[in-house]
Amino acid sequence: MTHRKSSAKRSASVMEEDDDDSRLTQPSTSQVQKGTEKLTKAQIDEKTTELVQYFLVKDQKKLPVRRAEIVKNVLKEYKNVFQEIMNGAQQRFEQVFGLKVVEIDAKNHVYILINKLEPVEGDQRINSSNPKTGLLFVILSLVYMKGGVIPEGLVWNTLKKMQVDPGEKHQEFGDVKKLVTDEFVRQRYLEYTKIPHTEPVKYEFSWGQRAEVEISKLKILKFLGELHNQDPQRWSQQYKEATGQASASMSQPSTSTQR
Amino acid sequence: MALGEGHQRFIQTMMVRGIVNEQDAKTLHRHCCEVHREHYVSDKLEEFIQVINSKLEPMNMRIRTRSSEDDGTQYFALVNTANTELTRMSSDYADNELELFRRTLDLIMTSDSSTASSTDILNSADSLQTRKLTKSAAECLLKRLVFDDWLVEKRGDYSLSTRCVMEMEPYIRTMYDEEQVKVCSVCHCLAFKCQICANPLCTVKIHYPCAVKYFKKKPIQKCPGCSELWPNKVRECRQSGSQRHR
Repeated sequence: MTHRKSSAKRSASVMEEDDDDSRLTQPSTSQVQKGTEKLTKAQIDEKTTELVQYFLVKDQKKLPVRRAEIVKNVLKEYKNVFQEIMNGAQQRFEQVFGLKVVEIDAKNHVYILINKLEPVEGDQRINSSNPKTGLLFVILSLVYMKGGVIPEGLVWNTLKKMQVDPGEKHQEFGDVKKLVTDEFVRQRYLEYTKIPHTEPVKYEFSWGQRAEVEISKLKILKFLGELHNQDPQRWSQQYKEATGQASASMSQPSTSTQR
Repeated sequence: MALGEGHQRFIQTMMVRGIVNEQDAKTLHRHCCEVHREHYVSDKLEEFIQVINSKLEPMNMRIRTRSSEDDGTQYFALVNTANTELTRMSSDYADNELELFRRTLDLIMTSDSSTASSTDILNSADSLQTRKLTKSAAECLLKRLVFDDWLVEKRGDYSLSTRCVMEMEPYIRTMYDEEQVKVCSVCHCLAFKCQICANPLCTVKIHYPCAVKYFKKKPIQKCPGCSELWPNKVRECRQSGSQRHR
């Protein structure tokens, strides 16, 4: 007994109440350790770098990343240290890029990158703005002001009034219908869902998960206010919700940063 | 230690833009410092970028600078330093499109003028191993490659854009033999448009703008490698290339 107490193994284990117990648990803990022990810090760093790059490539097209594809394309035999590598990537995004990894679908483990830095005036002068963003903003505003879910016809009619016909090839946007119902949907800015019991089948639009975490509703109201020369508070219901969202997201960083 | 938000904003803009000229980089430097109320010193862009690179390098990225081969103006690009594959392009182009790009690169690397004619490129579209591209699809692809700022077209001849050279340098250096990879003897960067020493036994090549700088202080123009007279005309070039990258 005394001999065992002094052994190195003993000091490494946390629980020493019962010798039989520690003997039973030792093989399994050492097996687990073996799995991670094989990985040096350099190997973990290398995989973390790969994961960061993978996220960045996907983010160029604003595509979400699934946990399953991370395991398949990046981690491979490192999948048992997913969380450690993910935490490392998260930390690098926050500390170096000013970006944040957000899980938008906890069930299927889907992640996106969102910007921690507020867009400011003057960004645009340097950052030639993407015309698609303007179109997206119009649609999101429309959906939001009309109560969150709207039939697709309303979107197409509004776009037509702005000389953007979903049936024609647009100079800037190409296939408008495809952009709105495919690209924006895959990027998770919009949801495009079948309305049940419609014949022929009809669809409706609502905000996608990315829009919910990335786009401030207050900003939409301010934008519309400027556009229509109105006080954003005029839309009292939306204003209430938007300011609620703003204060909620203000308190978010302190609760969501994982250390 | 985390980077300051000014530095982070700079990186983010570089990720969107890919490449900026010196003037834009300076404007951006100032903008980023002002937005985040960080100390701004106009002539400290280099140090600002060094700080960024110290954080990017462990992740195999960096902001690289390169002088334009036409007029010597500086460009800044955010590049992947470990890329021995065409990863940066793989999300935008199909397999056979990438193969045609590789073929184009082969043509450019083996030509004396570092260009590939559209005829030669279109001809190789027929013999792709992945999947053939029709002539019109290949023509469309070339337009896209120019639009996306990988290739530059001049009178039917294609060459690599400054941004492409900056991104692809690790790829080019691993994929091609030493004799195929031309390097400027003055700045030691890859050289495509350059002057060549007239001595057939000498391998020295020099960028036009580098030649201007190098020979400026010399009373007699002599090749830095073999000391033969440098017969090429060396003249001051105009600073007009800044319009090429919007």
